[in-house]
Amino acid sequence: MSRGTLYDKVWDRHKVTELPNGQDQLFVGLHLVHEVTSPQAFGMLRERDLDVAYPDRTFATTDHIAPTEPEKRERPLADDQAEEMLSALERNTSESGITFFGFESGKQGITHVVAPELGLSQPGMTVACGDSHTATHGAFGSIGVGIGTSQIRDVLATGCIAADKQKVRRINVEGELGEGVYAKDVIMKIIQELGVDGGVGHVYEYGGPAIEALDMEGRLAVCNMSIEGGARAGYINPDETTYEYLRGREYVPAGDAFEERKAYWESVASDADAEYDDVVTVDADGIDPLVTWGINPGQVIEVSEPVPHPDEFEARTDREAAERALDHMEIEAGQSMLGYDVDVAFLGTCTNGRLSDFEEAATVLEGETVADDVRALAVPGSETVRQRCEDRGIDEVFINAGFQWRRAGCSMCLAMNDDALEGDEVCASSSNRNFVGRQGSKDGRTVLMNPAMVAAAAVEGAVADAREYLDDGPTDGVGGVEEVAD
Amino acid sequence: MSANDAGEQHITAVSGTGVPIPGDDVDTDQILPAKFMKEVTFDNMADYLFYDARRDDDGAFNDHPLNRFEGASIAVVNSNFGCGSSREHAPQAMMRWGIDGVVGESYAEIFRDNCKSLGIPAVTTDHATVVDLQEWIETNPDGEVDIDVEAETVTYGGETIDVDVDDAMREALVDGIWDTTALMYSNRSKVDATVDGLPYVEGDD
Repeated sequence: MSRGTLYDKVWDRHKVTELPNGQDQLFVGLHLVHEVTSPQAFGMLRERDLDVAYPDRTFATTDHIAPTEPEKRERPLADDQAEEMLSALERNTSESGITFFGFESGKQGITHVVAPELGLSQPGMTVACGDSHTATHGAFGSIGVGIGTSQIRDVLATGCIAADKQKVRRINVEGELGEGVYAKDVIMKIIQELGVDGGVGHVYEYGGPAIEALDMEGRLAVCNMSIEGGARAGYINPDETTYEYLRGREYVPAGDAFEERKAYWESVASDADAEYDDVVTVDADGIDPLVTWGINPGQVIEVSEPVPHPDEFEARTDREAAERALDHMEIEAGQSMLGYDVDVAFLGTCTNGRLSDFEEAATVLEGETVADDVRALAVPGSETVRQRCEDRGIDEVFINAGFQWRRAGCSMCLAMNDDALEGDEVCASSSNRNFVGRQGSKDGRTVLMNPAMVAAAAVEGAVADAREYLDDGPTDGVGGVEEVAD
Repeated sequence: MSANDAGEQHITAVSGTGVPIPGDDVDTDQILPAKFMKEVTFDNMADYLFYDARRDDDGAFNDHPLNRFEGASIAVVNSNFGCGSSREHAPQAMMRWGIDGVVGESYAEIFRDNCKSLGIPAVTTDHATVVDLQEWIETNPDGEVDIDVEAETVTYGGETIDVDVDDAMREALVDGIWDTTALMYSNRSKVDATVDGLPYVEGDD
């Protein structure tokens, strides 16, 4: 059993009681709602004649079905089903007194981008959302969990979830990241080493020098993909980076109240002598950017490595999964992913749809042109991100290179709007899942990578090492261009 | 006002013919593709279960197990089943298609939670036992598979094997307390006390 970890402390602060089924009833301090997984839950509430218990702790936005082409955001939406979902969310939130960040608010976007940038997500909170990427908010030192619709009903009606306490695995990420290697590469490295189900039954506490050196946006990207490693929640202990990010944000108290709140934030960090159920070390020193070669996020290699042969895997099931992956991706073992033809470049999502992601990609795109046969989409994670990019002229870099500059939404991560792969197109994607069919076509192929790599793939029309495009990188003090291994 | 109009329903055992759904890491994008989530109710979800996997390129049904084992009630799956998205649409689709219980090597956590919310027992056993059962169903498509949630056993073809049922799931199903809304709604005063101790929640709640 863990003791003295942030997870233990936050759990204890939010535990209401033990339920007769042995689970704990936990208060949810921040409930995030979107249009796809909530309408059924509001319906269940109406059937039982129940009100929303904590509307002030509940915030909604629209992301999954949001059209990203500006002209398609006129109401009513051309897609009847999308319009019905959006209208239902507007009605449900307005009737319940829940704050809704719609298209007109200027703050609409992906829940996991919007809540952090508004300062809604804070250390020491419990966060729940009907979306598996809710672990994102763990970047602040909160416990964020994805929940199903019946659990959304629970949270709406009672402000609580019934939950089993998990084991805590500390993941020490050692080393220093080279130029052109980012948080996305760190989390893909972790999943490569621990597997897509390595985190089942566990919460991941990420720490160590490579994590502590990340800014908040990098930390959000790491925690975001916890679920891809099987961990329902993942978090990073809050520190000065966290507090300085939060200072001045809309939903963060100012002045003396900030200092009082900060005292609470500091109090929930894991103790120096905290006990973990498990401690592992991942060496990120000098890793190359990573790319997936298969059909789950664990089928991933450093871009300098060859695609593995199924025989290299010990477990029969891993060998079979590798064979299915090679077949779907139409790629041979031993081949390099460098040069793998790309039809679509997609930049955005709750993993990599923040300002720094667009800055990193823009560094690559400056003065370059998207390959003729590549469809390239830049989809800011929120309207706030879009505005900040436009204020800095970053949108011009994308547009001049040949990218389509879109409005905020989940877009081609899961293709619930019009942004979808067609046929067996290959997508260089900054998203989080390369599952078969994920991007809207059952034969579509997804290669996950960091934002700079997506930009480089767009330019070359093939998977490429983005470091070849970096004169001097977006981060300071790391040094010049690294020797690129082929 | 009542938080519970579902009534108490004790689920001690489920049974029926089986359907093997082989493969590790079967994700919820396969079980219920996102394009079918654009509906505000779960009513039609059964039509979309494994939609792409069940069809050939020309749209005709292929030999996917769900096409071959129509009417089955017990799904038999491998490891990390239901990984990926949190969408309850996936187990809702299975339930509405006719699945009353699942036997597998392991489940993604949110999927297992969703099964519990819906009163679908999701029990576990080792790889070899799962494969044996999947093969048995292939040769005995009309054979009965019984999951005894209380005794933590699965019986088929005259054989009874031990399986594991997560403690919270067993208690919830057997005692008929899987409707957590009703359970937690009755603890409102305790919730208030917890909230009072949280510095980030305004005092007016």
